[in-house]
Amino acid sequence: MSTIFKQYEGKIPQQLLDEVKENLPAKITDAKLKKILEEVQQEYDAAVVDSGECVGLVCAESIGEPGTQMTLNTFHFAGVSEMNVTTGLPRLIEILDARKTIKSPMMEVYLKEPYKHGEDIKKVAEKIKETKFEEYIKEVTIDVVESTMTVTLNTDRMDLVDIKIDRLMKVLSKSLKGFTLKKTGEDILEIKSNSKDEPLKEVYRLREKIRTIYINGVRGVTQVLPVKRGEEYMIATAGSNLKAVLKMDEVDTTRTVSNDLYEVEEVFGIEAVREQAIREVIKVLDAQGISIDIRHILLVADAMTMAGHVQGISRYGIVKDKPSVLARASFETPLRHIFNAAMIGERDPLNSVIENVMLNQPVPVGTGLPGLITKVKQ
Amino acid sequence: MTDVYMNSKFIGSVPDGAEFRQQIIEERRLGKLPEQLNVFYSQNRDELFLETAAGRGSRPLIVVKEGKPTLTERHAEQLQKGEIAWSDLVKQGVIEFLDAAEEENAFVALEPEDLTPEHTHLEVSSVDLVGITTGLVPFAHHNQGARLMQGSKNQKQAIGFYAANYYTRLDMDVNLLHYPQEPIVRTLINEVINTEEHPFGQNVVVGVMAYKGYNMEDAIIMNKASIERGLARATYYRPVNAEELRYSGGLVDEVGIPDKDTKGYRTEHDYRLLEEDGLIYPEAKVKEGDVVIGKTSPPRFLSAMDEYNLATNYRRESSMSLKHGEEGVVDFVLMTENEEGNKLVQVRLRDQRIPTIGDKFTSRHGQKGVISLVVPENDMPFSASGIKPDIIFNPHGLPSRMTVSHMIELVAGKTGAMSGRTVDATIFNAEKEEDIRHELLRMGFRENGIELMYNGETGEPLMTEIFIGNQYYLRLKHMVKNKVHSRARGPIQLLTRQPTEGKAKEGGLRLGEMEKDTFVAHGASLLLKERFDSDHVVVPVCEDCGLVAVYDARRDQYHCQQCGEHAEVSPIEMSYAFKLLLDELKSLTIYPKLQLTGKY
Repeated sequence: MSTIFKQYEGKIPQQLLDEVKENLPAKITDAKLKKILEEVQQEYDAAVVDSGECVGLVCAESIGEPGTQMTLNTFHFAGVSEMNVTTGLPRLIEILDARKTIKSPMMEVYLKEPYKHGEDIKKVAEKIKETKFEEYIKEVTIDVVESTMTVTLNTDRMDLVDIKIDRLMKVLSKSLKGFTLKKTGEDILEIKSNSKDEPLKEVYRLREKIRTIYINGVRGVTQVLPVKRGEEYMIATAGSNLKAVLKMDEVDTTRTVSNDLYEVEEVFGIEAVREQAIREVIKVLDAQGISIDIRHILLVADAMTMAGHVQGISRYGIVKDKPSVLARASFETPLRHIFNAAMIGERDPLNSVIENVMLNQPVPVGTGLPGLITKVKQ
Repeated sequence: MTDVYMNSKFIGSVPDGAEFRQQIIEERRLGKLPEQLNVFYSQNRDELFLETAAGRGSRPLIVVKEGKPTLTERHAEQLQKGEIAWSDLVKQGVIEFLDAAEEENAFVALEPEDLTPEHTHLEVSSVDLVGITTGLVPFAHHNQGARLMQGSKNQKQAIGFYAANYYTRLDMDVNLLHYPQEPIVRTLINEVINTEEHPFGQNVVVGVMAYKGYNMEDAIIMNKASIERGLARATYYRPVNAEELRYSGGLVDEVGIPDKDTKGYRTEHDYRLLEEDGLIYPEAKVKEGDVVIGKTSPPRFLSAMDEYNLATNYRRESSMSLKHGEEGVVDFVLMTENEEGNKLVQVRLRDQRIPTIGDKFTSRHGQKGVISLVVPENDMPFSASGIKPDIIFNPHGLPSRMTVSHMIELVAGKTGAMSGRTVDATIFNAEKEEDIRHELLRMGFRENGIELMYNGETGEPLMTEIFIGNQYYLRLKHMVKNKVHSRARGPIQLLTRQPTEGKAKEGGLRLGEMEKDTFVAHGASLLLKERFDSDHVVVPVCEDCGLVAVYDARRDQYHCQQCGEHAEVSPIEMSYAFKLLLDELKSLTIYPKLQLTGKY
């Protein structure tokens, strides 16, 4: 039996051979096995892309056509526990264009051993969330005569994140230049201006400023949501900051990802971007109930990352690198491309599709690809 | 304090906005303030708006006081006797007109039964909830809103009897239905808009079934005998106009048969129908290309030389003729003068339009479709009593669209037709479906409108029961005869040498960018090249400088304008559009050099 399999090694990929091996009935004659493998090879050869088949265009059609059926804006989940996420066509465009700033950056933070079973999940989540001083305030009163501001702190909230009043004061004092900070009770802070001429005005101004002072958590993460994925717990966030999150001890650095391709590129490198782009596109399509052969998506992801950095399918991205002036000019901003080409004396070798359509020459795909090899009589 | 705005302009303030509003309304009802004055008080913003501006839409409502309408039985009696008029009711403050803003302050009841002490107004009729065309949809309260919109939109395009004096009119592009009928199933609005004098459809027998797969995707099947009996037959009228325009220098157009030496003279055959005055005679049968009004115009530009040349044979031909694909009969010829005192000639063409495959029809429920097959009557399915449908409608149009009213009309129409009466299907006030069904049952039919039917070709009973009934069907003005278009060869554009666009210019049908992509995806590259050969040219190109060379036909020689007489020139195939691009680049002082290489 193994000798038969040996024969087909190299003709059929190992993965397929293994699959055949696994699914074989217990008793099988050599003749039957041979027939099966023959059939498999035929199927495999038929599935291989022929030379001269224009995979790029078929890919564009295969993604573009179902794209027309996508609902423009999918439901905004009017629930408590779901976040508002860009999906559907806007998100797909965002990914394929490789936008620098995306509408809803998100992370999926996976956790290490004890935490992934739900232990202290809320605490971990709170630790990730960026908090401003505003959240710890219960009440603010201003004494007009003394020009002082008294802040009553929300101790419940402080206990949840395990932050002590001393630490709060330490963080606050850094950004309170020109004011004196004093602890006057268990949960009361008093702030007085050092200014001589208009202390009251300063205090009023401070009342607004004080709310936005950063206290702790991961900068950029505006929302956290602990979710159960299968057996384990993980945290979905709105707002993305991979660098900071990966430094945390609780976080499983091998699986945590962001949906921001540029951030993924910076932290994990270009291979990760390729993988993440594929996942994100599939996620959008699945949500819409659209199934596209994954090879088309792989091709797009390859095209976007083959330069070694992220490039969108746009005139600033991969179209920029097309070798043909005419092809670039026919896409967007024709004059710019023609003028630039004229200035440096660019040469168009006319070896892709669009230029040849423009010149009414056979396009070099399919039947237009093979040339005639013959001796011409002199 | 409430700020008061008059027509969006601040005019002052009052202590209590709500009270002030009440005061204004009362004064208006007493007739001390104009009827068209509307007032709107916004509690959130504490602002009061008075509106008297022109162009606001407003609608009448019955005033309600303490949960009772101010309109009484007595008013109704007086109205009926003609003792009082609508305007009296408005003067009495029984009816008032509210605009969109004031409606925000009102609490309107739809029916008198719904009234509570909180209500401020009552609808004059519940039909008011929808507009006129939507009110024409029978049993509209059974439908989804979007379907009502479509139902009313379609009805606007129906062919009917639009004016009794149509024979003396010269309307552009109108259709006239030959045997219009009033609907059996009708609404109150049908009386209001006087459908009796301007009917716009016909009551036909509709069978809801599939027919050999010919009525897929909203298509309908029509009975050939019904068409021959005049079902949905119409006449299409189109006027052709010509005016003797005056130009500077005392030159004028002239209606008449053009001389043979006129610039642009057609053939004698084209002018054969014209009489001496250059006009066609009535009842002449005309086809495409035939001249209907003969006309000549003075030359466009008068050069200095021409002024000495006094001969008139410089005139241009500018006759009016039938366009590509048109035909008809001359119905009416009119010669008159327009406002500027110019001679005006109008010829009305008439063309009988018998329903054919591709013509558009609709019921009143947004269930539009085109004829896909005309079936001889002997092949139509028939019921036990021998009834054959005029139209076969596909049942698959119903579940997803949920036009329940369509089905109810079918039953109601059947009932009305069998008992010889009309059925009231006004929105919210229609006759009860149950009663209609009972009536149908009493006449010996199945109450749900279903009947056993027989295959018209074999005579065997159909194994499915068929829903069949009567319905008001409308023929819509979109007819294939006005739209069919094809081209093999034809006119091209001057600039690009590509085919012209559009039916009016006998244009080509474009193989667009996405269609091009499908050819490429199939690898059919040489076929694609052929399809794009419409502006194919062979251009001589200089092998040395790569620019387009010149062919000197007199000496049968090529020469390059850059490299001179003895340049090596090769013929190169390309699209004319690309040659144009090269020329345009040159005009931008960009040198597009073609580097030629051997093909082999």
